[in-house]
Amino acid sequence: MNWEFMGRYLPLYGEAALLTVRLGAEGIAGATLLGLVCAMIQYYKVPVLRSVVTGYIELSRNTPLLVQLFFIYYGLPKIGIPTNAAVCGAAGLMFLGGSYMCEAFRSGLEAVDPMQTECACALGLSRGQIMRHVVLPQAFTVSMPPFMANVIFLLKETSVFSAISLMDLMFTAKDLIGLYYKTTESLFLLVVFYLLILLPVSLLGAALERRLRHAGFGT
Amino acid sequence: MRALGLEVLFKGKNLARLLGGLWVAMKISLISVGLSLPLGLLLGALMTRKNPVCRAVLRCYLEFVRVMPQMVLLFLVFFGSAGIFGWNISGELSAVIVFTLWGTAEMSDLVRGALVSIPAHQYESAAALGLGRAQTYRYVVLPQAVRRLIPLSINLITRMIKTTSLVLMIGVVEVLKVAQQIIESNRMSSPNAAFGIYLTVFMLYFLVCWPISLLAKRLEKRWG
Amino acid sequence: MGVRDVTQPILTVEHLTKRFGEQTILDDLSLTVREGEVIVIVGPSGCGKSTLLRCINALEEIQGGEVRLRGELVSPGSKNLPALRQKIGMVFQSYDLFPHMTVLENILLSPTVVQKRPRDEVKAEAMALLARVGLAEKAEQYPRQLSGGQKQRVAIVRALCVHPEVLLFDEVTAALDPEMVREVLEVILDLSDQGRTMLIVTHEMQFARAVADRVLFLENGRFLEDSPPEVFFDAPRTERARRYLQTFSFERKRNHTKNENEHSERSTS
Repeated sequence: MNWEFMGRYLPLYGEAALLTVRLGAEGIAGATLLGLVCAMIQYYKVPVLRSVVTGYIELSRNTPLLVQLFFIYYGLPKIGIPTNAAVCGAAGLMFLGGSYMCEAFRSGLEAVDPMQTECACALGLSRGQIMRHVVLPQAFTVSMPPFMANVIFLLKETSVFSAISLMDLMFTAKDLIGLYYKTTESLFLLVVFYLLILLPVSLLGAALERRLRHAGFGT
Repeated sequence: MRALGLEVLFKGKNLARLLGGLWVAMKISLISVGLSLPLGLLLGALMTRKNPVCRAVLRCYLEFVRVMPQMVLLFLVFFGSAGIFGWNISGELSAVIVFTLWGTAEMSDLVRGALVSIPAHQYESAAALGLGRAQTYRYVVLPQAVRRLIPLSINLITRMIKTTSLVLMIGVVEVLKVAQQIIESNRMSSPNAAFGIYLTVFMLYFLVCWPISLLAKRLEKRWG
Repeated sequence: MGVRDVTQPILTVEHLTKRFGEQTILDDLSLTVREGEVIVIVGPSGCGKSTLLRCINALEEIQGGEVRLRGELVSPGSKNLPALRQKIGMVFQSYDLFPHMTVLENILLSPTVVQKRPRDEVKAEAMALLARVGLAEKAEQYPRQLSGGQKQRVAIVRALCVHPEVLLFDEVTAALDPEMVREVLEVILDLSDQGRTMLIVTHEMQFARAVADRVLFLENGRFLEDSPPEVFFDAPRTERARRYLQTFSFERKRNHTKNENEHSERSTS
């Protein structure tokens, strides 16, 4: 291992990692919002929109992110929709992640016993109040583990961003391998930086899940 | 059609070439799934063993493979084998190795989950009825575990197919690479080809994965 | 027995019809509930007792007729439905306390969030009611830590704190272990002594007899009897009601069969 080489290119990897984290965070935030909206549409069985959501979910879940990105980045400009690589990356992640997040929220909402809603109705709560005070707090507990799993999944998916010429960790590693043939060092740094990003999130997810599983309410 | 760049599809053997590219990706995923399923079953069963060394080693392998992006694993095998060991492994072979390692890890986790999901009172009721250990597994546990496992394994196939698109990045000529070539060679005559061709690739993946997902969903509903 | 000042109609059900698909659950039912009246509805399972209570609280769509509370229409389409429901308290078989809230939070939710009453005032009332049902020390606990009977008593307090004018009890002891039934029924008896207006669906015949001003016998979606408890339980007017009441008494038949066997042995020999 050439430590001096690694020291020299450490800042480059750091920058790339920041790009991954930034675009990942943007995409995941967008996906969470989109997923929440879709889950609400499904929960309240909104006509028309419900079918749109179903169609979107099937399209998003049955195609690879790489192909989605190629279409958004190289295809859409041809019909006059201007795109830039960073926006495309986040948008692609949002398109992919929205359906997964929707699924996580939907499972949580469905896990709440319908009697809870009826009972809240009988107490005179309005639809909005029922959602806010009764359904969401309970759904949250169930949705948390799949939500965290999705966050990790989406962060991993960012590794295809280099295909639309974003200078992320994969791009940097491939570049250095091509330029200097320092394969061991480049790959080592690649693994280390992905671990630095993914391990904390993964540990956080495991800790949250443990707490939710054992804590419950009042035990 | 021209504005959307779809006419390129019907020029020469372009559509057939795209399908050929898709087949390359499918082949890699099918081989990997075929290897992953039995290996995963074996590993999943090993995971429920109590041997601490065996469990620790397996855990390390599983955690690493599952936490790393598949893209990184591909780089490790493809560039690592050449750069570090001086072996010359083709992109296709690297892909099969990586996806088999990854698929085995995922599959073993599904197997473990399915076995763990059988509630303890099922074992107890079986014991109370006088069934032996082997009989309990044969008549009570496995039939339930397999029903849980089959839809999940089918889902794993769609995940595998989607993941195979990554082999583009280690130079395997698959459907996206063929798409790039077609767009490049028709740049003058059909400047908008990128839209139509990438849309086609998108739909091709969808048409392959969607029926498989539907099948998994239907089985899950029937057995759930 | 409670001869009460039964005057003002508070709740009226007129020609109520409820169908699930082809099946008619409630068939042109009418019912008037007066202030302070305690009405017990009995009948075989599946006769529509619970559905009737759910229709009164507009938890079900109805196919005909109407429900009015002090003249105001109660239906799933009513604009002020949440406000109307605050006047109709309902307690369910499965208690349905909110598991993510403490006992006190469960009770305070509707009064503070919906009715916007001052928290301190509601809290004082809640604590007084909890003390009355013997659960004052459980205020800060979560539902999971309570027994079924305790949960059901909390659910009753939760309904009371909304200040309803009518209380609906839907088989509130059906899910309880036998030894917990009494603690819940005593709370309801206490409420009837306070002059609360109540509609009670139950399978506890002794309790029904003690608490009711009127007993309604419901079968196949129709009221077959509307009698004072002493009449209903001692001399039911209909044959159906008599047979229904018989299902609650048991006779040991073993001795008879033994005798019969002896007889037959003797006759064959």
